[in-house]
Amino acid sequence: MIYFDNAATTWPKPPAVSEAMVHFLEGVGANPGRAAHRRAVMSGRIVYNTREAVGELFNVPDPLRIVFGANVTEALNLALRGYLRPGDHVITSGMEHNAVMRPLRGMECPPAHGSDGVELSVVPCSPEGFLDPADVEAAIRPNTVMVVLNHASNVVGTLLPVADVGHIAREHGLLLLVDGAQTGGAYPIDVQADPIDLLGFTGHKSLHGPMGTGGLFIGERVDVERLQPLIRGGTGSNSELEEQPGFLPDMCESGTPNAVGLAGLGAGVRWVLERGVEQIRAHEIEITQRLIDGLRGIGGVTVYGGLDATRQTATVSFNIAGMPPSEAGLRLDEEHGIMCRVGLHCAPAAHKTIGTFPDGTVRFGLSPFNTLAEVTEAVGAVRQLAGEAY
Amino acid sequence: MGEGDAVILVYSTSYALRAEKVLGNAGTDCKLIPVPRHLSSDCGVCVRIARADRKTATEALHQAGVEIEGVHDI
Repeated sequence: MIYFDNAATTWPKPPAVSEAMVHFLEGVGANPGRAAHRRAVMSGRIVYNTREAVGELFNVPDPLRIVFGANVTEALNLALRGYLRPGDHVITSGMEHNAVMRPLRGMECPPAHGSDGVELSVVPCSPEGFLDPADVEAAIRPNTVMVVLNHASNVVGTLLPVADVGHIAREHGLLLLVDGAQTGGAYPIDVQADPIDLLGFTGHKSLHGPMGTGGLFIGERVDVERLQPLIRGGTGSNSELEEQPGFLPDMCESGTPNAVGLAGLGAGVRWVLERGVEQIRAHEIEITQRLIDGLRGIGGVTVYGGLDATRQTATVSFNIAGMPPSEAGLRLDEEHGIMCRVGLHCAPAAHKTIGTFPDGTVRFGLSPFNTLAEVTEAVGAVRQLAGEAY
Repeated sequence: MGEGDAVILVYSTSYALRAEKVLGNAGTDCKLIPVPRHLSSDCGVCVRIARADRKTATEALHQAGVEIEGVHDI
């Protein structure tokens, strides 16, 4: 069995992740931040330590500017729907996931109804999925307030130039929101150097935590008074008031958090920190380049993206001539024990950019736990399928 | 600790947990306790220290950027 669906969610997890979650459920259990008894304080410490670990990984100066939530989609919704106002102009790319596109399309002013909404510019990318920062700068208008970029495509893995765009955003007084779903823990992210004002991350991919965890870093340039939380409710603070607290992280963390999940996320992030993102990245570059080269060497197979592992994450999309992705996926699973994802990967814009809309692709998403031997075996399986399809 | 304690009030549990860590690193004994009712109706926690550590504790927290709502003898 080979698990190559890591771009959707990583598996297996480091053993420390489930150990931390079992420890929380059996040995802690209490609600963090809602009381002051010993177990409540233990629980609060666990959540706080996860906040610090995430902050260390992304070089966040103040971990209390990280708010936790269910996943990166919720984080991106908070940044977009919580911050943008009617009349604001937003710039994004042609490589976005629907976690960005759907909130933006939902807020976009309907063309038939004047300007009662958010204006949106989608900057095209190359067929390989690369973005020219100059095209972002050219799209800036007087009412532009934010640039939203996918750090790396979930379809073909291509890395977008967030640092270059971040500097452009600073020069023009704009905020940069980065969708770090595919890069957090797999590619270096430094919110100060890059520079990133809002970073959405998810816990269950390359941070190796469980599903149901994620969050948003909210930088100093973000006007917190303008940010509207997605939900309001109990925070364990300012309980005498019926109004939502106005400070981070409480204002954006109403209701009991997924503390058991955050215990696991903390263990996952510490695993990444101990191993080191650079070492993880080096391994992934090696196995990804081997996969790209192996697939390209097969007659009838088309590999998408830049074909250079140093310019992408460990996610590779391809198609076999004469075989729909759905059939390839089924046969890879049933005949070869290879688990992967096929189709449109929740990113129609990216598929239009790389020319695979509406059929989609077969996607192999690798993780630090995958090996060269698995890549070799998978390439052999694709070669067999391609030989039969021809 | 016991007689001669003080509590440091902060704005949220997250700040209290950070304060606990900062004071621990500074070698100052502290404990997170419920906020005494006569000081605030908040349901959160505050940081109990010895009154004798009041100055060093508040300085350590100030240096670490932990905003203090108030310090009270209890």
